[in-house]
Amino acid sequence: MEDFETIECDVLVVGAGGAGLRAAIAASEYGAKVALVSKSLLGKAHTVMAEGGVAAALGNVDERDNWKIHFRDTIRGSKNLANWEMAKIHAEKSPDRVRELERWGAVFDRTEEGKISQRNFGGHRYPRLAHVGDRTGLEIIRTLQDHAVHMENIEVFMECTVSDILKSGNRAVGALAYYRSSGKLVVFEAGSVILATGGIGKAYRVTSNSWEYTGDGHALAYLAGADLIDMEFVQFHPTGMVWPPSVKGTLVTEGVRGDGGILVNSEGERFMFNYIPDVFAAETAKSEEEANSWLEGEEGAMRPPELLTRDVVARAIMTEVKEGRGSPHGGAFLDIASRQSPDYIRRKLPSMYHQFKELATLDITKEPMEVGPTTHYMMGGIKVEANTAASTVLGLYAAGEAAAGMHGANRLGGNSLSDLLVFGKIAGQCAANFAQDNSKISPHGKEIENSITKALEPFETNRPERRMPNYPAGPRKSSHDLDKKDADENPYQIHQELQEIMESHAGIVRTGKELEKGIHRLEELEKRLPKMHAKGGRKYNPGWHLCLDLYNMIITSLALSRAALERTESRGAHTRLDYPDYDDELGKVNMIVRPGPGGMSVVKSPLLKMPTELKDYVLKEVV
Amino acid sequence: MKRKIRLQRGEPDNLRLDEFKIEVEQGMVVLDAIHLIQATEAPDLAVRWNCKAGKCGSCSAEVNGEPKLTCMTRLSDYPEDQTLTVQPMKTFPLIKDLVNDVSWNYEVNKQITPYQHTEGTGDPIMFQGEVDRVQEFRKCIECFLCQDVCHVLRSHDMKDEFAGPRFMIRTAGLEMHPLDQGERVEHLRDEHGIGLCNITKCCTYACPEHIEITDNAIIPMKERVVDEYYDPLKWMWNMVTGK
Repeated sequence: MEDFETIECDVLVVGAGGAGLRAAIAASEYGAKVALVSKSLLGKAHTVMAEGGVAAALGNVDERDNWKIHFRDTIRGSKNLANWEMAKIHAEKSPDRVRELERWGAVFDRTEEGKISQRNFGGHRYPRLAHVGDRTGLEIIRTLQDHAVHMENIEVFMECTVSDILKSGNRAVGALAYYRSSGKLVVFEAGSVILATGGIGKAYRVTSNSWEYTGDGHALAYLAGADLIDMEFVQFHPTGMVWPPSVKGTLVTEGVRGDGGILVNSEGERFMFNYIPDVFAAETAKSEEEANSWLEGEEGAMRPPELLTRDVVARAIMTEVKEGRGSPHGGAFLDIASRQSPDYIRRKLPSMYHQFKELATLDITKEPMEVGPTTHYMMGGIKVEANTAASTVLGLYAAGEAAAGMHGANRLGGNSLSDLLVFGKIAGQCAANFAQDNSKISPHGKEIENSITKALEPFETNRPERRMPNYPAGPRKSSHDLDKKDADENPYQIHQELQEIMESHAGIVRTGKELEKGIHRLEELEKRLPKMHAKGGRKYNPGWHLCLDLYNMIITSLALSRAALERTESRGAHTRLDYPDYDDELGKVNMIVRPGPGGMSVVKSPLLKMPTELKDYVLKEVV
Repeated sequence: MKRKIRLQRGEPDNLRLDEFKIEVEQGMVVLDAIHLIQATEAPDLAVRWNCKAGKCGSCSAEVNGEPKLTCMTRLSDYPEDQTLTVQPMKTFPLIKDLVNDVSWNYEVNKQITPYQHTEGTGDPIMFQGEVDRVQEFRKCIECFLCQDVCHVLRSHDMKDEFAGPRFMIRTAGLEMHPLDQGERVEHLRDEHGIGLCNITKCCTYACPEHIEITDNAIIPMKERVVDEYYDPLKWMWNMVTGK
């Protein structure tokens, strides 16, 4: 058998973005020996791309704000599907997590009184997002990173990718991983495992996500037997760049709208006034006049419709384009130039200023930007318990974007940075406790051997046995007919096809027919995966890495599409043209994607029952 | 439109420049060209990247010998008939193709005394004017291009004696933080060798975040070292008090 290194630890944290780092710090504070595995270099994870801010009801800018209103906004934004326990813990704890970052050296923008400043954002009743210009994520990841590397019992493994969770019975006991730089293998033996691997955006062509976001955690958990939840809900951020083609999808922060930016169509109309849903009508301005008085800071003024939740704004832009009122390159105009002074724009939105200047030769202090929806965030993920972040597999925990429940059908901007801090900490603590309370089990040699075979399979030219990606314990399929060398598939080509399928069959608007077609095409594509061949050696070989990532992307794409097919209604980020309205019965359930001996199944699970007192509060028209 | 691009490939004992012809799309950046080559002609081509928006600092390389983030460098910045050459950074050991081993930087960072908070009652109060400078340094995306062009590191390979500009601004960001209580000046003088910088400003010119590394961080830090160790009054006082 292939040689491998063995690393023993109490808690294995897979992923070193905000959630993974926060989890590692928490586990380490509880005395656990932590192995922190990062697919990229430390500090490069997608958390650095979070621009606008971290949501926390500090009440620094508007003292009427409190956790209860944050909780209400989150539930309403989720279109009632969020796990209320998670939303409550999140709203209560996020101010503490933000203040703690400040004690660790983070430097947020200040109010005139010298407190942490907070900005407006979509779906948040009051200015709530603590921020640093438009590079909040960088500030947070750097603060966590510098804090973590000085803790003695955290060891960081950079550019190391986990390819399999190792189990003993129903318990996660470690993982197999490979080092990108050398291609060598490493087995982590752990008391417990935390998945903090981020999202799935790379399954789509137009995306703000980087190469890392291939649904690794989602697929690793699924293959380990864990339930996934809310997989039909993918957030399409309303404002990605649309021009030039090479940067299509690159994020334009919601902070542009938070700081007064407006959306205009090709006829010069501020169209968002035409798209205000009933549920938000009482809290949204109805006319430009009203919206402008909000920008001028008038007490009690209604919020402009550009700050409606992301699902609403993304759909509105799509509709404008479809009805022929789009910008020249198929988007809408986002105008801050006529709303704020050039100085203000450069100070509050410096990276947006540079991004457009350098990539689109456009000065945002003088001209409007062109923007359109881009795949941004996965609401769905590993089903976890609110108080422990535990998945349905023993010893397996999840936090951050890879976990789910917190955001339901739609996430509010700013709630992901707070989510990863709050639940990163909880996951770290609980995983450390679990590792201390349960004696360690070493992974079985046979299991390790199977995982190694899978990881190295793309190099094999003679492959008598193939893995079946859909279910871990499923039979391995024999496919002698596939291994002719001339039938080798190029993983980059497969990836392109996958992105095309997801874009056209499971994109921002869906129908049952399209979803079925998409699922069929995904199943056909899945059959071709074993034919992928990695050319070249093991050392830093992106072709090989992509072969393995594609297995994860296929699993998540199938889970997503199958859950979307079952939800025969439109809610939040999930829009069905064949079922354009809410279905009250479906509004009472989450979709669970479950692995089983017969393959993947989708089951409906009733929402957790919210206490009456909180429910009444959420339902009130205005607070 | 087609254009030619040359990429350095291979490992330290076996280097070569491979030439590719690619179809150029409007607005294309150097990293797009590399990805296109990877997807069609060289699947095992090693390149490091993440955000593709100038925010993570992963895709640093030398384009026609100049330090660049390949995701923010447009092909149209160079004449169409010119063959572009992309090579990895010279200052750090090479792993393969365009990927460097930058782990030394992470080791240096660990040696810097972390932030030490001034505990007080209530929420910390800091004014924007007090933190502007610190925020400038904290914009750093750790692309390590400043390290790459610093001649102390690049030409003289004095990594054991000099921390490099990245860690001068990291230290300055901590030292100038209004609520930090850490002591780093001695370390900056000794282990991190701030005296070796002779302010040629190459780092400042290379910085994609436009941080005034030399003027705003290195020079003020040099002054702190001088104040601490070469102030004649302080020196005499230390002699008298036996410190």
